[in-house]
Amino acid sequence: MGVRLTVNGEERSFETALSVRALLTELGLEPAKIAVERNREIVPRSQYDTVAIRDGDRLEIVQFIGGG
Amino acid sequence: MSEPGGDPKPLVIAGNSYRSRLIIGTGKYQSYEQNARALEASGAEIVTVAVRRVNLSDPRQPKLIDFIDPKKVTYLPNTAGCFTGEDAIRTLRLAREAGGWNLVKLEVLGDCKTLYPDMLETLRAAEMLTGDGFQVMVYCNDDPMMAKRLENLGAVAIMPLASPIGSGLGIQSPINIRLIVEEAKVPVIVDAGIGTASDAAIAMELGCDAVISNTGIAEAKDPVTMARAMKHAVEAGRLAYLAGRMAKKRYADPSSPLAGLI
Repeated sequence: MGVRLTVNGEERSFETALSVRALLTELGLEPAKIAVERNREIVPRSQYDTVAIRDGDRLEIVQFIGGG
Repeated sequence: MSEPGGDPKPLVIAGNSYRSRLIIGTGKYQSYEQNARALEASGAEIVTVAVRRVNLSDPRQPKLIDFIDPKKVTYLPNTAGCFTGEDAIRTLRLAREAGGWNLVKLEVLGDCKTLYPDMLETLRAAEMLTGDGFQVMVYCNDDPMMAKRLENLGAVAIMPLASPIGSGLGIQSPINIRLIVEEAKVPVIVDAGIGTASDAAIAMELGCDAVISNTGIAEAKDPVTMARAMKHAVEAGRLAYLAGRMAKKRYADPSSPLAGLI
C-alpha cells in the first residue's frame, strides 16, 4: 500500500510504508546533523528505525546552514 | 594569559570559557570555503548558524558542517527569520536535535524592514526556552530595562544591537550599550550593525564582553582580511577597556616637560 507524504512542503509518494531511516535513505540524506519533525513533533535520532511514517504525514527535515 | 598587559580573563558563557571575544556569522559568504578561511583568520571559537530545510532536489549540495567542524567550533543556532515566539521555539528544538547541544541564539523579529526585535515576543520566548532547558543568548534592542528583564528570565548572554542587522552603521547608542554593560551580570555581546573594525573596538572599549560580526566581515571586499582586522580590533578594544582610558580634556597638555627649556 502506497503512502503519500508532505516532506518540506513537497508532496512525495512511496510504494510502501517506511521508517524514518528508510525515508532518509530514499531521499539521499545522511542522518548525521539533521533533525526530523513529524506532524510537528520531533523524532529523536534514536527512534529513526522504530518510528513508522504513515500516509498523510507531514515531515520537516532541517539542517544547519550559513546564517548570522 | 601571562604576557604583560594581556587579557587575564576568558569570555565565559553559561559556564564555558572562550579565549576569543569575537563571534562570527556564517551567512552571506561567497562560499563555505571562504567562510572557513575567514573563521581561521578571525580566531573565533563560536559561529552563528541558521536552521533551514534540507534541499531535497539536490541533497549533495555543499554542507556547512563539511567546512566548519562543529566538534572544533561551537555552533550557535539562531532563529533568524522567526517573527513569533512559537516559530523560534520550534526552530531551536529542531536545532537541539540536529546538534545535540542547548546553547542557542534567540532572535524574534518584529519588522521586515528594520529587522528590529519584537521584545514582547522575545521575552515570552526566552522564558519558554529557559524553562525547556535551553541556554539562551538573546538578540535584543539596546534598552537597559529590557536587558535586565532578559537577565532576570535566565538569559545567559544579552546581545543588544549596535544598529540594524546587516546595516554596518556601527554603534548608534553608546550610552545605552554602556548602561546595559554596567547593570549586567551575564556577558553583554554587541550583535548586529558592526560595519568595520573600529566599530568592534568601540563596542569593546564600552566594556562589552564580546562582539558578533557577520555582514561586516562577509561583505567586505576581502572578508578574510577583514576577519583578521576584527580579531585585532576586539583584542585592542578589550585591552583599552581593561587599561582604562585617560581623562578627556578641553585643552592641550604637553607631553614633554616645560622645565629645563633652553
